[in-house]
Amino acid sequence: MRRPAFPMTTVLKLNGLSKRFGPVIANDDVSLTLNKGEVLALLGENGAGKTTLMNMLFGHYLPDSGSIEVADEAGVLQPLPLGHPQVALAAGVGMVHQHFTLAENISALDNITLGSEPLFALRRNRRAARRRIEAIIAQSGLTAPLDTPVGRLSVGERQRVEILKALYRDARILVLDEPTAVLTPQEADTLFENIRMMTAEGLSVIFISHKLREVLAFSDRIAVLRHGRKVGEMATSEADEASIARMMVGAETPELVGAAMVPGVPVLTLSGISVTGRSKRDTLSGVDLTVHAHEILGIAGVSGNGQSGLANVISGLMQPEQGLIKVNGSEIDTPSPVAMVRAGVGRIPEDRHREGIVGAMSVAENMVIERLDDPDVQSRGLLRREAIDDNADRLAKAYDVRGPGVEAPARLLSGGNIQKLILARVFDRSPRLILANQPTRGLDMGAAAEVGRRLLEARERGAGVVLISEDLDEILGLADRIMVIRDGELHEAPSRDREQIGLMMAGEPV
Amino acid sequence: MMDILNILLSESFWAASLRIATPLIFGVLGALICERAGVLNLGIEGIFVVGAMCGWMAVWLGAGLWGGVLVAALAGAFFGLLHAILTVPLGLSQHVSGLGITLFATSVSYYTYRTALPNVSSPPRIEPFQPLDLPILSDLPFLGSVLFQQTALTWLALLMVVVVWYVMNRTALGVALQAVGDNPDSVDAQGLSVYGLRIGAIVAGSALMALGGAFLTMSAFDAFFFGMVNGRGWVCIALVIFASWRPGKALLGALLFGAFDALQVRLQTEIGALVPGQVFLMAPYILSIIALVVAARSADYPRALLTPWFKGQR
Amino acid sequence: MIRIEPRQTQSQAFTIGVPILSALIALGFAAIPLLAAGANPIQAYGEMFRGVFGSVFAFSEVLTRATPLIFTGLAAALAFRAKLWNIGAEGQLYLGAMAAVAIGSGVLDLPGILLLPLIVILGAAAGAAGMVAPTYLKTRFGADEVVTTLLLNFIILIFVQMMLEGPLQDPMSLGWPQSAPVLDQGMLPTLIDRMRVHSGLILALILALLAQFMLARSVWGFRLRAVGENAAAARHAGINVNRSLFGVAILSGGLAGLAGVSEVAGLKGYLTADLSPGFGYTGIVVAMLAGLSPMGVVIAALFIASVFVGADSMSRAMGVSSFLADLVVSVSLLCVLVGGFFARYRVVRASTTGATS
Repeated sequence: MRRPAFPMTTVLKLNGLSKRFGPVIANDDVSLTLNKGEVLALLGENGAGKTTLMNMLFGHYLPDSGSIEVADEAGVLQPLPLGHPQVALAAGVGMVHQHFTLAENISALDNITLGSEPLFALRRNRRAARRRIEAIIAQSGLTAPLDTPVGRLSVGERQRVEILKALYRDARILVLDEPTAVLTPQEADTLFENIRMMTAEGLSVIFISHKLREVLAFSDRIAVLRHGRKVGEMATSEADEASIARMMVGAETPELVGAAMVPGVPVLTLSGISVTGRSKRDTLSGVDLTVHAHEILGIAGVSGNGQSGLANVISGLMQPEQGLIKVNGSEIDTPSPVAMVRAGVGRIPEDRHREGIVGAMSVAENMVIERLDDPDVQSRGLLRREAIDDNADRLAKAYDVRGPGVEAPARLLSGGNIQKLILARVFDRSPRLILANQPTRGLDMGAAAEVGRRLLEARERGAGVVLISEDLDEILGLADRIMVIRDGELHEAPSRDREQIGLMMAGEPV
Repeated sequence: MMDILNILLSESFWAASLRIATPLIFGVLGALICERAGVLNLGIEGIFVVGAMCGWMAVWLGAGLWGGVLVAALAGAFFGLLHAILTVPLGLSQHVSGLGITLFATSVSYYTYRTALPNVSSPPRIEPFQPLDLPILSDLPFLGSVLFQQTALTWLALLMVVVVWYVMNRTALGVALQAVGDNPDSVDAQGLSVYGLRIGAIVAGSALMALGGAFLTMSAFDAFFFGMVNGRGWVCIALVIFASWRPGKALLGALLFGAFDALQVRLQTEIGALVPGQVFLMAPYILSIIALVVAARSADYPRALLTPWFKGQR
Repeated sequence: MIRIEPRQTQSQAFTIGVPILSALIALGFAAIPLLAAGANPIQAYGEMFRGVFGSVFAFSEVLTRATPLIFTGLAAALAFRAKLWNIGAEGQLYLGAMAAVAIGSGVLDLPGILLLPLIVILGAAAGAAGMVAPTYLKTRFGADEVVTTLLLNFIILIFVQMMLEGPLQDPMSLGWPQSAPVLDQGMLPTLIDRMRVHSGLILALILALLAQFMLARSVWGFRLRAVGENAAAARHAGINVNRSLFGVAILSGGLAGLAGVSEVAGLKGYLTADLSPGFGYTGIVVAMLAGLSPMGVVIAALFIASVFVGADSMSRAMGVSSFLADLVVSVSLLCVLVGGFFARYRVVRASTTGATS
């Protein structure tokens, strides 16, 4: 562990912040302090309230109660008026969101200077702006092309532009919300080196994460949130992985890895599949893949490298230009969602709100939406409402879908319960092949464990599973076999070595 | 074929094209500003009517021609503000709100006109804008009559193309407007007001649209008639897609449209005996649909178009 | 500072209350233009009321006026449910009317029992054709159907004028641009003697009931709702989104076409280019006031028809422009939009000091 380079001066104090969204308590009386030149890791599960807390600091949300103090340039703590991003910016607080807040149709330089020039001036001084940005780049090591529209930059470059935006605004406190979620392990290392360069210059960093490894490796101090409350705070030097994990989830992390099984017959074969999508996200070139019964195949990769394309092909949303798809040994001539469902493919979509449910329709209707032609759903074109409701009651019980009832609109369910609704719909048909695309993203640990348990159960029953995930830990915990997707190409991982897989994700020769 | 060639080479044809294009230039620029900021403004048809009625009536009541232009712009801005309040802070359907504004603005205009002039059989006339008669320039061959014998409002429209282009591409305001139509969060995160930018864009864009209407009663004609806008607003909505939201291409689109319209009027007199006149009347609308279909494929819509944005919700 | 939060549930009271309140506010708003015209609003409202409820005949006129509005209202409501923005009901209405006079005015001299159904079916088919084209351009080329249907309205109206000066012109009309009359046996029978209300109203009511039932209870309605509420999820679930869109396009255009059939073969008897005073556009207001519910369309159409009939009779009695009715209709649309906002969101007061709210 590193010694702090600056005397212990406090630059930020959060005092008893609370925030409710309707019935949900996002933050309950949270207090934190941050010192100059320090990296504070804010740790917690998804939904623990980390992002809400930081959004209050940055003025995006208005706290229900509590106050914030920020050190001014002289180092004296001043109360921060709440609810105004401009004020937070002016006080030297910069935030890099999990979802980048960049306009893709303008250049990096324009994104960086946006809002710091007088709007109604007749001329802009781009040359001066460029000189300042280049100076910041030299100091922090954050390189990015300045004149290309941001839409054409890579994810890593966009993230650097985000940080440059904050530094350009003279940020003395930088909040990074899950900055490594979209990076390869190697890119993440570079980011941490850059952060070190910046803290040496006196910048203070709050670093939000749920990845224990990087938190232990790169922070000076750790604060843990659970269910919106601060449940622990300690120097990183005194922390160890098991104790923090316990603090985060309240109990030991459940071990999920299933017993080894002998793979059965192939249930899915893709040979030479190529798709040209609208972007790199959904483009595949020459993909070969086989999944067997009793097998979970994990697809690792940095987000946006063709995962969407692969998922679209297996779920029937996209017809490949080349290649062959075989499900359960029989070829699918014209892939479509209907053809895939009929062939016995169960599909858990990546974005459950956008593709998984029709939020305005009832839970019961969402449970039969994939099988409207079945005789227990309709007869002669009319819906069998009682049978549909009975089906929903049964599934809600079996899969523990909780909410205001099966007649209520599905959008009223929580994220975890929406995922359970989808699991119920998919698993109830005992599919031979399951496509699970980011199935635990955004879920709390309990719901995520439930998803893992169901996948293992299906594997035991004899199904094959394609598990696409950006969370390497999830894949290492569940998958029998691992493949890495990079630039639309799929390669078998020769081992389960985290470092090696990380290099493959980054496209380095192994 | 010779006939068409003769038409295309005549000064009067190109002068007419520019004249017909003028209200469309205002309209397309107005729609462009709104859509660049992320809001579709289907109130355009009604705002044209309001601009035509208010501009004309102000002059008729003695406000003077430029006074009339100002009144028209303010009236357009008012209805734009209404649309902005409904669609930006309230985030209501931009389609339905826009149609509502069109119905409202049209009926307000018609009701006001009828109430002010209950019993006129022929609409009262005003002294409209006259062609600028510039020394030397207006006497130039060809260009003289095409460019320099237009009215001041046509010149204002051409000036507006340059102004809108400059603001969009060369000022911080333009960058912010482009950003707010692509990703409002990017603007919000930098401490600018999404609502302020969008409302301002809609108000300004609507004022421009109203000038398009004002041109009809104060330059092209000299009186107000019911139904005189006749779908010009909708044509602008099609042209803005054709123009890929760029001021220069907006001018080009409006001019092409004007040229086509001028051509059909002349062809009608040439070969009108062979084909019913309505075929020529339909042509501009059909052309708009074709332009839309051709452009739609590759159209690079502002990403946040039609999507409402609420503060503090992400 | 004021914040906006979505409501967890939407109460029934809002669904019904918002349109009623909007209608009342719009009517109340009419006092301003009335005063501006120098009329006494109380007296004007009285005249309007008398114009609607003053006699059986007056009310039968409301029903007559409501008939095409139910058709165009249904056309808009169904299409909007699927998020297909059919703004072209006005043009589709004229297509239906043209088909009705084209075959009903003497080309086929069939008995009424054959001719009348034929007129209805072909009229609906013509309207449907008018909506299928924009839907094709939307699904195939991504051309915004709002713009194409709006522009088609103008194209079709000019086409009607062309036909009325050409093939469809009544040889007996002395050069006047109007069609030959529909044969007597091809006319929709009137419902009450010496009044204009006709059996098109019955057809409209039956279709509204049917649409209500099919939306809620049929697989077709299920698919339509799914496509409208979340097309991406519907596609993922195996629903053929384009097929659903074409299906609803045919129905929507067909209903608008029936509005034209009903006006020509139920009321006017022949076609002129001023057959519709904007029934297609008003249908959008009807649909929005109805919250896109088919049975709601019937009630909303009756309200709007009352406004028009009442304003007409008030206009005759007091000399105030009947454009007042258009004003009330457009204001009620804007009000119901704003009301829809308050039904979906709550406005919460929050203090900036961060103390308590």
